[in-house]
Amino acid sequence: MTSSDWLTAENGQAVPSKRLPVVPFPTLRRALIAAVSGGARISALPVWQEGGQGPLRLAAVLSRPASGVLSLMSCELPDAFPALTPECPAAHWFEREIAETWGCRPEGHPFLKPIRFSQPRRAASTKSVSSQVGQADFLHMDGGESHEVAVGPVHAGVIEPGHFRFLCHGETVYHLEISLGYQHRGVERAMTEGPSRRRIHYMETVAGDTTIGHGTAYCRLVEALSDTARPARAEAIRAIAAELERIANHIGDLGALAGDVGFLPTLSFCGRIRGDVLNLTAALCGNRFGRNLIRPGGTAFDIDAGSAVDLLSRLDLVERDVSSAVELMFDTPSVLARFEKTGTLSRETAKRIGLVGVAARACGLSCDVRQEHPYGIYRFTQVTPATWSDGDCFARAYVRWLEVKASMAFIRRQLKELPEGIVTAPVAPFRSETLAISLVEGWRGEICHVAGTDRKGNLAFYKVVDPSFHNWFGLALALRNQQISDFPLCNKSFNLSYCGHDL
Amino acid sequence: MFRILKTRREQRYRTMAYPDGPAPALPSRFAGRPVIGDAVCPEGCAACIESCPTGAISILSSAEGPMLDTGRCLFCRACEEACPKEVFRFTGDHRLAAASRNDLFIGRGTPLPSAANALAAKLFRRSLKLRQVSAGGCNACEADSNVLGTLAWDMGRFGIQFVASPRHADGLLITGPVSDNMRLALEKTYAAVPSPKVVIAVGTCAVSGGPYIDHPEQHNGAASVVPVDLFIPGCPPHPLTILDGLLRFQRG
Repeated sequence: MTSSDWLTAENGQAVPSKRLPVVPFPTLRRALIAAVSGGARISALPVWQEGGQGPLRLAAVLSRPASGVLSLMSCELPDAFPALTPECPAAHWFEREIAETWGCRPEGHPFLKPIRFSQPRRAASTKSVSSQVGQADFLHMDGGESHEVAVGPVHAGVIEPGHFRFLCHGETVYHLEISLGYQHRGVERAMTEGPSRRRIHYMETVAGDTTIGHGTAYCRLVEALSDTARPARAEAIRAIAAELERIANHIGDLGALAGDVGFLPTLSFCGRIRGDVLNLTAALCGNRFGRNLIRPGGTAFDIDAGSAVDLLSRLDLVERDVSSAVELMFDTPSVLARFEKTGTLSRETAKRIGLVGVAARACGLSCDVRQEHPYGIYRFTQVTPATWSDGDCFARAYVRWLEVKASMAFIRRQLKELPEGIVTAPVAPFRSETLAISLVEGWRGEICHVAGTDRKGNLAFYKVVDPSFHNWFGLALALRNQQISDFPLCNKSFNLSYCGHDL
Repeated sequence: MFRILKTRREQRYRTMAYPDGPAPALPSRFAGRPVIGDAVCPEGCAACIESCPTGAISILSSAEGPMLDTGRCLFCRACEEACPKEVFRFTGDHRLAAASRNDLFIGRGTPLPSAANALAAKLFRRSLKLRQVSAGGCNACEADSNVLGTLAWDMGRFGIQFVASPRHADGLLITGPVSDNMRLALEKTYAAVPSPKVVIAVGTCAVSGGPYIDHPEQHNGAASVVPVDLFIPGCPPHPLTILDGLLRFQRG
């Protein structure tokens, strides 16, 4: 197998479907395992059925951080195939998704059970998995003082639903089973089958706290498929909105982390300051989550000179307040004692399971789409990934704080140097039989959207990979050998999306 | 200790004066309660209907003009943009909540609907404990409900609080279209709340299904599973919209 068998593409590039290499499954399997062990990452493993019937096609979409390109290969997906996971743990969640959605069987998969209890997509599929949500073949542990604690789907806090099963011996968690799917709304199916004017709204609500992230990934994909050039000013506004989204969520998380160790001052301060940042996004487009701002072709709203000045001065106030709130937390020994060495993941584990985003950078992995596969305005303004090497709750908190500060500096620079011109360009119809991939660094990590069009230029499939999809298993591993009472802290330190996973 | 007190002093007292004082300023681009203008629709024009992603608009007649269902509306302003006669205008008015689903339909001259609830006014006027259930919500409605507990909004001032167990609650605050995978959990949570109880649907998804309306994976909102006493539309509703709805609901 040589590297020339992969089709090379850039982030946001459209390629004719005909150029996508088709190889036998064993060839793709070998090539993928070799590439991942050589440093590539699985960004997506989309499956679709040609023309809604007939054989299944699997595409491997790998990102190669070293060279900044994406590698593509495809095969016909057999009904049963030797699982990749035993040799390539990063394929774990992807293969479970494929088994559940398409009724295939990855043989030898160590944890084969549904990830979202959705209806199978393939017509006349032989279902290989149970469909009653929350009921699966969970891991068991037997012994005198071993017991299980089941939590959810409805939790004590105001958060989304998910089911957690802790296998414990005394207070120590030996394993955590995470069973999701409660939020499944059929987004990917509706992207191809539903009315096209709802698509942007699906993408803005696929994970509502990542409206800008998923909205941008979708719009860049539309622009690739339709050969639309975005105005530079729109690129800058999109990036400003994306960094505001990052700042707001990180500040909220830092406050919630303080709350989970009982340090109430920072919890109280950050809860309010996060709202101030959401109000900055609302100043751009009227909505605190950035709804209706990102649109195919550019942005629906411009930033005039007056509001740029206003944003800059309000950002100064946010920075002053959040600095005093967060530095107070990081200078408090009782907080550090709870953060440090809690929920630790090693760098090697993070790499093997394909962790992304804040959680990966907190393990010392320097992965950030903005730097590795730069897009939009990030091609002109470098972002240095913020990393910390300890892999514990402290690292995940501290990386957030480093990113808040970097994002504020980034926004200031963009607001002072906004490119001139219009903010939206007309969008043409999609090119037929074309494939495109869009990677965006959302506030949780890598967002990957992949889509292909058919002969008529309609969407044939649409795949969304939220960063949470890569990271939920990381949370399960971080809990091993931890006190069960540390779960809320560990969970918040990852703060993964339920609906972004369940789609 | 001194550092904490010093920081507390720097952060200042931040709870807003509303509702006794002025409401917090909303952004100039905020899309609040829509009004339907008096301009006559051109014969046969359906630009607004075609622009709407969720089918929220119907045309009664060219004389009566359009009717907008704010319970389905995503406040995306596509109709405002599409209309050749400027019939639609989204105002800065945050008050969107209604006690009756039918009162969410807005035509020409539709008055502000009531959000009052006799039971709530009688029993929960000074203490309303709510269990929040997200049933397919995207975490935006959840976040902007949760924010009401922060010190800036401090809904504890009105005796309103989110509690950890349905058994401690006077009612449910539901977000999301009610995904099929959450239907049973929602029914069980509702059953676990002691009677008399109330249900509040927050966000367009929970009112009607929102962008997910008629997907087989969901149930077109909370009312299809449990009786709903207060509807608060928006995608997501602004915290001020939610608080206004809760206060009018509670105070009768």
